[in-house]
Amino acid sequence: MPWTKACATDDIDTEDLIRFDHAGQTYAIYHSPDGAFYATAGKCTHEEVHLCDGLVMGHLIECPKHNGQFDYRTGQAMRAPVCINLATYPVKVEDGTVYIEVP
Amino acid sequence: MGKRDYSLLGPDAQRAVETGLAAAEWYHTDVPRRDMKALMQRADGPAIRDTVILYGSMIVLAGIGIALWPSLWSAPFWLAYGVLYGSASDSRWHECGHGTAFRTKWMNDAVYQIASFMIMRNSATWRWSHARHHTDTYIVGRDPEIAVMRPPELAKVMLNFFGILDVIRFFPNLIHNALFGPTAEERTFVPQSEWGRVQRVAIIHGLIYAATVALAIWMQSILPLMVIGLPRIYGAWHHVLTGLLQHGGLADNVIDHRLNSRTVLMNPVSRFIYWNMNYHVEHHMFPMVPYHALPRLHETIKHDLPAPDPSIIAGYRQMWPAFKRQLTYEDFFLKRELPPTAKPYREELHQISPGTPVSSQPPHALPAE
Repeated sequence: MPWTKACATDDIDTEDLIRFDHAGQTYAIYHSPDGAFYATAGKCTHEEVHLCDGLVMGHLIECPKHNGQFDYRTGQAMRAPVCINLATYPVKVEDGTVYIEVP
Repeated sequence: MGKRDYSLLGPDAQRAVETGLAAAEWYHTDVPRRDMKALMQRADGPAIRDTVILYGSMIVLAGIGIALWPSLWSAPFWLAYGVLYGSASDSRWHECGHGTAFRTKWMNDAVYQIASFMIMRNSATWRWSHARHHTDTYIVGRDPEIAVMRPPELAKVMLNFFGILDVIRFFPNLIHNALFGPTAEERTFVPQSEWGRVQRVAIIHGLIYAATVALAIWMQSILPLMVIGLPRIYGAWHHVLTGLLQHGGLADNVIDHRLNSRTVLMNPVSRFIYWNMNYHVEHHMFPMVPYHALPRLHETIKHDLPAPDPSIIAGYRQMWPAFKRQLTYEDFFLKRELPPTAKPYREELHQISPGTPVSSQPPHALPAE
């Protein structure tokens, strides 16, 4: 899969996320408290709500609709009502730009 | 217009899915991301303080009640204890179920389990029922937590001020859950992976009640039941009083919480018992905001919401006549005026009425008041 330019590193506050739409799909890009960047599918696996309005706490993203939580590093579902893990995607940072490897 | 069918397995449930009312995208007031992040921040401090006050008060009140038992002088202490047991547990169940009351997960989980037991709700089932309530708030056939169905059965509403119907429904359900897991309706919103947990919780709750009854028989006294179980009846009135105001008399089958939820300004004691759920439009629109930040959220978005009712009494003065109108005309609801600063209601989103085929809906089916 090709690397796709998603955003600049300073587009995302530390411990926050943004929405990134590409090729008809929606993704979430995260800036963790330790300065790393991650990417997951953009919608909650529970009821298809955009995660970009949710809250990042450490390495967790909490869905804004039902407060389900995922570890955005692994996509693992951490708190009900989410039961299905979130898809994750490789990320690289070059010259202040965040790239994600997506179809 | 046909009658509403509130069954989660009935024709209105199917219609809500077919028309897109189920799991729809709801209206939200625009709030800058920076402000919303600040509002969503979690903290342990406020909930630890409130929990110490709550459980500390319960221990003291029950202790005095037991010491004075069976004198009538114990009655006021039981009444106060009952409200904390049978009403404050509702709001603790609610907030900790959302996972927003405390920052620390185990604290949310611990208070959630205790509160679920007190309020007589299966902690596994009701976590999922409340998720559905937030997905499909007051969508007929989809929301399992509609407190007053239309036409309202006001005698039942009055009985529930004493928790009578809730308790009568709870124990057969508890036995069914303990023996067989979730009921057929519960299986529509509880995922199969959780059915075993529903059964385990029911068995644990059942054993605690059985032990309490056994102790009462052994003591030849209802005193153990005054501490565990009966407060769900004699202390339920406050959570019903406040809970009815959440959505009572307002619209159903809409996807704008300004139309189906009510914010009511309340006295500080009620707000402590209710844990700020009087800011109910705000809570439904942004369920990630913890209870202690709801007054700030209210200030942030009130320009886009109907004016709050100024008191519990004012809320009832508006809601109760609406219930009475719905006795003869069940499509009646209160549609409250928005301030000039608000974005208007999107009528085109709210044209589906329950019990009526979609194709026969008039262009604007909301009977506004």
